[in-house]
Amino acid sequence: MKHFAALIDALVYTRSRNEKLRLIAEYLRATPDPDRGWALAALSDGLDFPAVKSSTIRNLMKERVEPVLWTLSRDFVGDTAETASLLWPAPDHPPSPPSVGEAVGLLSGMTRKSVQAELPELLDRLDASGRYALLKLATGGMRIGVSGRLAKTAFAQAFDVPVEEVEEYWHGLDAPYPELFAWAAEGEPPPDIDNLPAFRPFMLAHPLEETVVDLADYAAEWKWDGIRVQLVRAGEETRVYSRSGDDISATFPELLDVLPFPAVLDGELLVRGAHQGGEEGGAASFNALQQRLGRKTVSRKMLADYPAFVRLYDVLLLEGEDLRELPWTARRARLEALIERLPESHFDLSRVVEARDFAHLAEIREGARDDAIEGLMLKRRDSAYVAGRRTGLWYKWKRDPLLVDCVLMYAQRGSGKRSSFYSDYTFGCWDGDPDSGADLLPVGKAYSGFTDEELKKLDRHVRSNTVDRFGPVRETDKSLVFEVAFDSVHASKRHKSGLAMRFPRIHRIRWDKPPHEADRIEALRALIRD
Amino acid sequence: MPAPFSWIRPEPHGIHVVPADCWIDPSRPVDKALVTHGHADHARGGHGETVATPATLAIMELRYRTGAEDEAGEVPHRAVPVEYGETIRLPGGVDATYVPAGHVLGSAQILLEHAGERVVVTGDYKRRPDPTCPPFEVQPCDIFITEATFGLPVFCHPPIEDEMAKLLDRLAAYPERCVLVGAYALGKAQRVIAELRRAGHDAPIYLHGAMEKMCRLYEEHGVELGELRLVSDHTKDQMRGAIVVCPPSALNDRWSRRLPDPVTAMASGWMRVRQRARQRNVELPLVISDHADWSELTRTIDEVDAQETWITHGREDALLRWCQLHQRRARALAMVGREDEDD
Repeated sequence: MKHFAALIDALVYTRSRNEKLRLIAEYLRATPDPDRGWALAALSDGLDFPAVKSSTIRNLMKERVEPVLWTLSRDFVGDTAETASLLWPAPDHPPSPPSVGEAVGLLSGMTRKSVQAELPELLDRLDASGRYALLKLATGGMRIGVSGRLAKTAFAQAFDVPVEEVEEYWHGLDAPYPELFAWAAEGEPPPDIDNLPAFRPFMLAHPLEETVVDLADYAAEWKWDGIRVQLVRAGEETRVYSRSGDDISATFPELLDVLPFPAVLDGELLVRGAHQGGEEGGAASFNALQQRLGRKTVSRKMLADYPAFVRLYDVLLLEGEDLRELPWTARRARLEALIERLPESHFDLSRVVEARDFAHLAEIREGARDDAIEGLMLKRRDSAYVAGRRTGLWYKWKRDPLLVDCVLMYAQRGSGKRSSFYSDYTFGCWDGDPDSGADLLPVGKAYSGFTDEELKKLDRHVRSNTVDRFGPVRETDKSLVFEVAFDSVHASKRHKSGLAMRFPRIHRIRWDKPPHEADRIEALRALIRD
Repeated sequence: MPAPFSWIRPEPHGIHVVPADCWIDPSRPVDKALVTHGHADHARGGHGETVATPATLAIMELRYRTGAEDEAGEVPHRAVPVEYGETIRLPGGVDATYVPAGHVLGSAQILLEHAGERVVVTGDYKRRPDPTCPPFEVQPCDIFITEATFGLPVFCHPPIEDEMAKLLDRLAAYPERCVLVGAYALGKAQRVIAELRRAGHDAPIYLHGAMEKMCRLYEEHGVELGELRLVSDHTKDQMRGAIVVCPPSALNDRWSRRLPDPVTAMASGWMRVRQRARQRNVELPLVISDHADWSELTRTIDEVDAQETWITHGREDALLRWCQLHQRRARALAMVGREDEDD
């Protein structure tokens, strides 16, 4: 527990991703089983102890610390677990910290009744950092900026194994993952996951940029604007995985009993809506899908108002057969055959876009200004399904971004390397004619799209043109114009401007352009398509 | 016969010693001030006369230019030095004795005696050893006027040796970087440097320009700080693997860009709370304070054993509650201009 507590403390104070990776990898290498497995589960939010809740801790503390002093302390610190770790009365014996494995064993053995006596015994064995780590581990939600993906990457880095394989095995296994460590650290054969609904890493695409491809070698498909998902059925269970490998099955319950045979399918999760996206039709904009994302439970109304379906791109495994080594053409043929066996209510096929040649394809792409389409995908006809982003196999050819001229309004300091720079910018458009006294309304925020040199210049601009300060935020004199690129814009009730941009980034800094020549908000509103 | 203790009056701008018509740590200019120590929320310029320890007077001359000449070429301010343990007689039959407070160089508690009644004003204080100033001395009294900056039971300052070890471990782990320590320019910075020397760190320590004069002043008062260099005179490469000390405000400032990939550390009692450290982008929190923590505050109140405890500033709610629970009479004074310094 001592090393785990030190790791948690170090991660709390580390902003740099590489440094976090290094810290976790070092811990995983130096710690024995099963502690490292439990720690990994804790870091990726994979543990749950029903008997230990925040209220349990609160009640324990009120028996030990005078209630007024507890409340004043809790209000100042702002976190129950941390306040408790600091205020826990020091026991009169020296600490005898349990191993992470022992702590997990004790915590899972606790019931709502026994927790009142057993948790204090455990806390008495730890120092303040240990108590903090234990309480965070016990109540879940570490909130130390470590995602599941980061934890997997750190694991791969620790044992020098490919992260794609880690992802593939991880999801079929339960904490503390002994098979995973045996494989990565001891060189044992990889875990057998064929009969488990495990995630397989996605094949990803490179941006096309200036490349021109021959359509004899590449097939084109629309790039749909939903979320990329993997639907896995094995051992009578279906799961839905997101692009990062998170299990999002609970968010889309309507997809869990519609796949009638064992398979691993790759597709785009979309929502049916009135807005007819693409030539197949039936897909609503990303904005509609957003209503469904991130929910742990889904109401009946949600299911009815925003029904989800999967538009299939590819098939990886089918009824015990691994198709990933086959060329795309062969997999595509299998996909076209299997769609007949799937219910139309929840599946359709992403159709292949036919074009005479590349120039014709470019023309088709230009014509598609539809919100459900992000652009085109180009897939090498003879490419196997390879995890990750491999050059030359798949390309994404996004449609050109939309552009609008905005005025810089506020700037905030970045974090990590950028903590001394004002690098996060809020910009606005004119709410009417600026020459007749119209105001700027904020329309978006961006912190990318400029070089380090430009960042220095922008930082200098912000510092020398500040008119007001609100904590870490500076308001500028609104004298600088940004050409902002974005993928689409949607109506939004949450923003004062009534709209929300998707993927805004700084396209060009218009040092030359007077602010009153920036765009008006009507120009942006005209681009709303939902 | 006047009412007990009617001769000492807490006002929003300071503590008024009525028979002597002088003020303790006034936050606006007065004719005659008794000053506990040199921090800006206790000491300021513009008084007609200041009674303080010689070190505090020197700090005030440096920080608030109290020794400046007026247009006629005269120094209008009168500095009255008092040594630790020395008693001076004030008008109206009030005796004032300056007693070490253990807070920073020159810091003193002021013991006031009048008509057989004893009142102690602590200013700021701590009970831990500090190589830059003599330790706090307990003075029995009738009224104890205390600070409460860290007056919450969550505050427990660890032994400074542990924090120094953390700092030196981190320094050794990153020979290509430097460790940048944010520390209050008066007191904390010199204490950290002196403690580093005590821990055996004898490499040159680099200073932000704003700290140079105060460090020299400490050295003139007999505090050895070892070899100090100015950041502005050196290149990035020279500072790799070194400790750099700056005021907290410079931690995330443009100034820090001239340093070799600094590990950001901060020496402050607030670092005990993780969220406080994160808010300041601190990677290495060092829980080092020149104020009494919760156990020091409550222990001191017990040891002094006064009839009444008055609390000047800080988290007075919790300390008042503690006094109530321990059957000690206490009240909070609403003092103006006392703030949470970056301590």
